[in-house]
Amino acid sequence: MKTAVIDFLENLGGRATSSIHRLGFASRFLLLTLQNSGMCFRRFSLIAREIYFAGVLSLIIILVSGLFVGMVLGLQGYDTLVRYGSSSALGVLVALSLVRELGPVVAGLLFASRAGSAITAEIGLMKATEQLAAMEMMAVDPVARVIAPRFWAGVISMPLLAAMFSAMGVFGGYLVGVRLIGVDEGSFWSQMQDAVDFKEDILNGVIKSVVFGIAVTWIAVFEGYDAAPTAEGVSGATTRTVVTSSLAILALDFMLTAFMFRGA
Amino acid sequence: MPTNPATDNVVEVDKVSFGYDSRQVLRGVSLAIRRGQVVAIMGLSGCGKTTLLRLIGGALRPSQGEVRVEGRAVAGLTHEERVALRRKMGMLFQFGALFTDMSCYDNVAFQMREHTDMSEELIDDLVLMKLQAVGLRGAHRLMPSELSGGMARRVALARTIALDPMLIMYDEPFTGLDPVSMGVIGQLIRRLNDALGATSIIVTHDVAEALKLVDYVHFMSDGVIIAQGTPEELRTSDKPYVHQFVHGQMDGPIPFHYPATDYARDLYATDA
Amino acid sequence: MMKRKALDVWVGTFVAIGLGALLFLALKVGNLASFSAAETYLVRADFDNIGGLKKRAPVKSAGVVVGRVEAIDFDAHTYEATVALSIDKRYEFPKDTSAKILTAGLLGEQYVGLAAGGDAVKLKNGDKLKITQSAIVLENLISQFLFNRAADGNKDNK
Repeated sequence: MKTAVIDFLENLGGRATSSIHRLGFASRFLLLTLQNSGMCFRRFSLIAREIYFAGVLSLIIILVSGLFVGMVLGLQGYDTLVRYGSSSALGVLVALSLVRELGPVVAGLLFASRAGSAITAEIGLMKATEQLAAMEMMAVDPVARVIAPRFWAGVISMPLLAAMFSAMGVFGGYLVGVRLIGVDEGSFWSQMQDAVDFKEDILNGVIKSVVFGIAVTWIAVFEGYDAAPTAEGVSGATTRTVVTSSLAILALDFMLTAFMFRGA
Repeated sequence: MPTNPATDNVVEVDKVSFGYDSRQVLRGVSLAIRRGQVVAIMGLSGCGKTTLLRLIGGALRPSQGEVRVEGRAVAGLTHEERVALRRKMGMLFQFGALFTDMSCYDNVAFQMREHTDMSEELIDDLVLMKLQAVGLRGAHRLMPSELSGGMARRVALARTIALDPMLIMYDEPFTGLDPVSMGVIGQLIRRLNDALGATSIIVTHDVAEALKLVDYVHFMSDGVIIAQGTPEELRTSDKPYVHQFVHGQMDGPIPFHYPATDYARDLYATDA
Repeated sequence: MMKRKALDVWVGTFVAIGLGALLFLALKVGNLASFSAAETYLVRADFDNIGGLKKRAPVKSAGVVVGRVEAIDFDAHTYEATVALSIDKRYEFPKDTSAKILTAGLLGEQYVGLAAGGDAVKLKNGDKLKITQSAIVLENLISQFLFNRAADGNKDNK
């Protein structure tokens, strides 16, 4: 019995230290990526290509999800507001929810599961089939040529996707609220414009999505680069990317919200 | 480094040891490879052959001893010097390691575009020439996923010689190929080596192909060199390990049975 | 590998849509177009009680938004609240303008209402409004009401 407890504690301690060790390695890797980013900015076509795979191919899911989230917000929001006679504030509810929270967070989660996992799988496979080693032997730094472009493509794509999500969501809320249910169109937009502040709400939302973009893409490229060069290794890394990114987004969201919107 | 034709060694491995935390891979390996030769490094899987290639390429650093290429220690080079050295070396990885997101043409053109200022017309001519040398000029538009194993490896070979390297390393080039492809690769290795005036190192455990092809063989087992010589010398060697390896015998110094307890006891033991 | 030209078109379209969405949010959804770009001048007003007034609350005159609450501070000498109002330079107000803290709707957000006076001299940057009326605090209103009822009761009983 005693040895079982000791084993358990040893296991836990081992896992904790290896997690810290991994975090340290990941941080050094991020630094390495940033230091080697010169090449991909000079040859922007490298980043452009990755923006296509990470951003453009995520467009459909972002736009459709944004529309549906906005529509649901319209429905649920109306249902609650109408009880207090404030249904004209529907625009405010939809816009603030999206711009401040749902836009960056949900778009981030979708990006992590679609683009993040794809990046991890691609880099992991390149590692497993020795493509990264071959590149290194040809005196081309794989971090500069493969990793950095993907990292910056993610950081650039995320805020754009989050903005698109929020915009589609507002439109969805408008469709349901004004067109379907019959909330007054004028007060929908005017109250919204009164309540949503560019600096406090929209800019903060953009900052959030940039932070999420950095976090998700960092995790994605690191897991791919660190994956064991086998089939199980790559699939495990892909799963880890999605799970870790999602948790990171939610945790960062709480911290950023607490910092940005306290006392608002 | 002055070149004395008699002892012009392109690669010198000087009492090199290397290991990971879990195990020691190389224990005091020494060998020399003369310019212009095609040399094979043979042995069982796990004896350290591929690690040796990585040390020569500078991807790994020996814990003891020195690896010298053209007289200069690889481990002591600055980043720029290492880059310059790697441009003169080519390595063909097992299974090719072609970049899957670009066509065969772009794969071969990769090093030319990255490291030289050549115009696209010039690159075009060179790429087609390299692919012609391996017999795959017609396939230049294909993507790596559309190639068979043998074809992929040949395109990778064209990529390896893109900048006319003076040292070409092959990591298990014959693995998983049909007899025709094996013969093709073997002949290409010899032909390219002589045409480029280069030196080639082949890491393999394919006895038949290697002995047909190479000028000299180094035999490794368990992290040390246990035999070396010309193919003929090795074929007629009476060292037990070499003999078993060359003739593919089932049992000998390399045991058939994985270490286990007594057979009779295992059979008659009652299940717990 | 995808043709370079087609890829560039898609990426360019993507970035354009993204920036367009941001612009849409900033202009149609937020209030960027209406106010922050304008030039403003600062005016101070002291209140006994600002109630629920918050930073960036609107400053209205005749119901039209003419400015924003810039800062709210507490004066430790007079024990009053000092509110800084930034007013659009386009609108000039007389020196004897009064400021009241009003509520939008019954339970809505609080804002500052300006009622223009009649003075020929106009307010300049850094001036202070002399006449202010504090926010109505619900508790005070109730206790006042009860007090009045009690007073009426006494009067009836006399």
